[in-house]
Amino acid sequence: MALLEIENLHVEIDGKEILKGLDLTVNAGEVHAIMGPNGSGKSTLAYVLAGKADYTPTKGAVRFNGKNLFDMQPDERAAEGVFLAFQYPMEIPGVATMTFLRTALNAQRKKRGEAEFSTPEFIKKVRDLSGKLGIEQDMLRRAVNVGFSGGEKKRNEILQMALLEPRLAVLDETDSGLDIDALKIVADGVNRLRSPQRSFVVITHYQRLLSYIVPDIVHVLSAGRIVKTGGKDLALELEARGYAEYQEEVMA
Amino acid sequence: MNAEVTPIKTAAETTLAQNFAQARGRLPGDDAVAALRKSAFDVFVKEGLPHRRIEDWKYTDLRALMRDAKPLADPPGSAEKAAAKTAGALLGDIDARRLVFVDGAFVAEMSDAADLEPGLSVRSLAEALADGDPALEAHLGKLAPGSNVAVALNTALMGDGAVISVAAGATIERPLHLLFVASEKPAATFVRSLVVVEAGARAMLIESYEGPAGADYQSNAVLELLVGDNAHVDHVKIIAAGSDALHVSSLAAAIGAQARFNSFSYTAGGAVVRNQLFLKFDGEGTVAGIRGAALLNGRQHADTTLIAEHNARGCQCREVFKTVLDDQARGVFQGRIIVRPQAQKTDAKMMTQALLLSEHAEADNKPELEIFADDVQCGHGATAGALDDELKFYLMARGIPAAEAEALLIQAFLGEAIEGIEHAGLREALMDSVVAWLKRRGAR
Repeated sequence: MALLEIENLHVEIDGKEILKGLDLTVNAGEVHAIMGPNGSGKSTLAYVLAGKADYTPTKGAVRFNGKNLFDMQPDERAAEGVFLAFQYPMEIPGVATMTFLRTALNAQRKKRGEAEFSTPEFIKKVRDLSGKLGIEQDMLRRAVNVGFSGGEKKRNEILQMALLEPRLAVLDETDSGLDIDALKIVADGVNRLRSPQRSFVVITHYQRLLSYIVPDIVHVLSAGRIVKTGGKDLALELEARGYAEYQEEVMA
Repeated sequence: MNAEVTPIKTAAETTLAQNFAQARGRLPGDDAVAALRKSAFDVFVKEGLPHRRIEDWKYTDLRALMRDAKPLADPPGSAEKAAAKTAGALLGDIDARRLVFVDGAFVAEMSDAADLEPGLSVRSLAEALADGDPALEAHLGKLAPGSNVAVALNTALMGDGAVISVAAGATIERPLHLLFVASEKPAATFVRSLVVVEAGARAMLIESYEGPAGADYQSNAVLELLVGDNAHVDHVKIIAAGSDALHVSSLAAAIGAQARFNSFSYTAGGAVVRNQLFLKFDGEGTVAGIRGAALLNGRQHADTTLIAEHNARGCQCREVFKTVLDDQARGVFQGRIIVRPQAQKTDAKMMTQALLLSEHAEADNKPELEIFADDVQCGHGATAGALDDELKFYLMARGIPAAEAEALLIQAFLGEAIEGIEHAGLREALMDSVVAWLKRRGAR
């Protein structure tokens, strides 16, 4: 069944329309890649799904698991199972990573009526997951993302995803700024989480990430709309031929 | 009387003059003390209550804020003492030697002044003034600036307080806690304390001020502190005055050579608060950390005024003050670093930051550097702003509700100052107090 249904979505930022009638349906267990040139609206789609202020939907509908996503605050969407891996994860001085992770996990569990994790259970879970992602224990003791390298920040996003176990993960250019080793670690982290219940929307400019996270469906986003949809081979085609023809199509 | 004297005008000024005239005969101390009181009161008579045209009081117009002057507090009765029993809860279960003052008077039976560690001496100011005391004779009124009207009024009307000395080389492990509790009565207290920490000694001193919500009382406190060469003193002041209280307190410290001195001011209570710090670095090579955190809401007004004077070479001082302001609260920070010509190699940095949680809150920052030496590192920074929406969104996108996300960010903001407190128990107690404040905010 459809986990995410986006219908004719129009979104404005500061009165400027960025998404102009976007349609997308993601079924449970599917991995969708969204590719497109700079400025096509990829990050806008990511932010509007997570609920960022100033990203104003003006037309259309988004249903997540049958519910109107726009009726929910960002924290409610997260508890419902929406996760956004940020292109630029925020540094939060003074908030310890462990405190942040535990507050987030327990806030979601509380909202879903589940029992909160005890401290030892929580620590064990974080240790197991961070070990698999090559995250040093020292990083967990520091403030959230403060002094982390670009790669460490991205791995920290994947750690949060693994811990929070969302139903839909939106990865916004998670590959940007990663070298090949870090890319593999991140991709392995994502692949471990793939399951028939969990869906992914992988937003990327380049095909490279999709060699490691193999998508079921690839979309081309251009000028605020999906202009082409295909299988995983579409990514290779785009890599070879670029986005020029899609941009021209829109302009024509 | 002198014909050139500025006439006393306001109701508060008139009442203060009447109170002094009536009380001066029974206030403790010999003729020398009486003369000290008289000359201090003359400063007040000449200046009146400070107002906004006086630069140091520009943002805290005491003449306007102090509508009346309360009568001097009577000695506490059993009801006042009983009500004060629950005081000090903010500090949790920290093991400290408590000296309790109710309505400005020392209460021996509520205090822990027996079995003093070797090298420690403690007595009440009223007793020391009545009997005479060499430390008082040597230092009383010498450390605090007599030209400051709040200090002058305190000197004129001081009734009780603590006189503490720590002998050279002594280490007093247990913190000393001066707990000043006000009762429901609309009264005025003028407590004065003198603490002398001799060379090479180590001590921790906590001052806390509390009073019941809704009680319209006034407290004016002065602590004179002498930190000897190579001594290590940690000072913490907690202003948790009642919601309608007027609280003015001053720390005047003279710090010797190669010493370590830390002072932390925590302000969470009071309708009008003026917290003054007068620091003199009189010896070379001292390292100091002067920090503060304030949490203000409603119509609270809190002013921190800091004057750090470097009179000797090579002292390092870090000053960090953080204020969180909600509703229509107003926070004032005035910080002045003075570096005298002989104080080469001074390293002084001052930072003040205000976090505004409401559009109606106001933060006034006035940093000043007066540098007369040419080989120094001095700087100041000031910021005022709202919570970062991007950070809040990041936290919310992970499932943390808005109020909790804001609370985390506010804790982080204040944490930077509170983390500087060396005593772990006190650090935790203050963080708990911050969390409690945030919970009350979230529940509104």
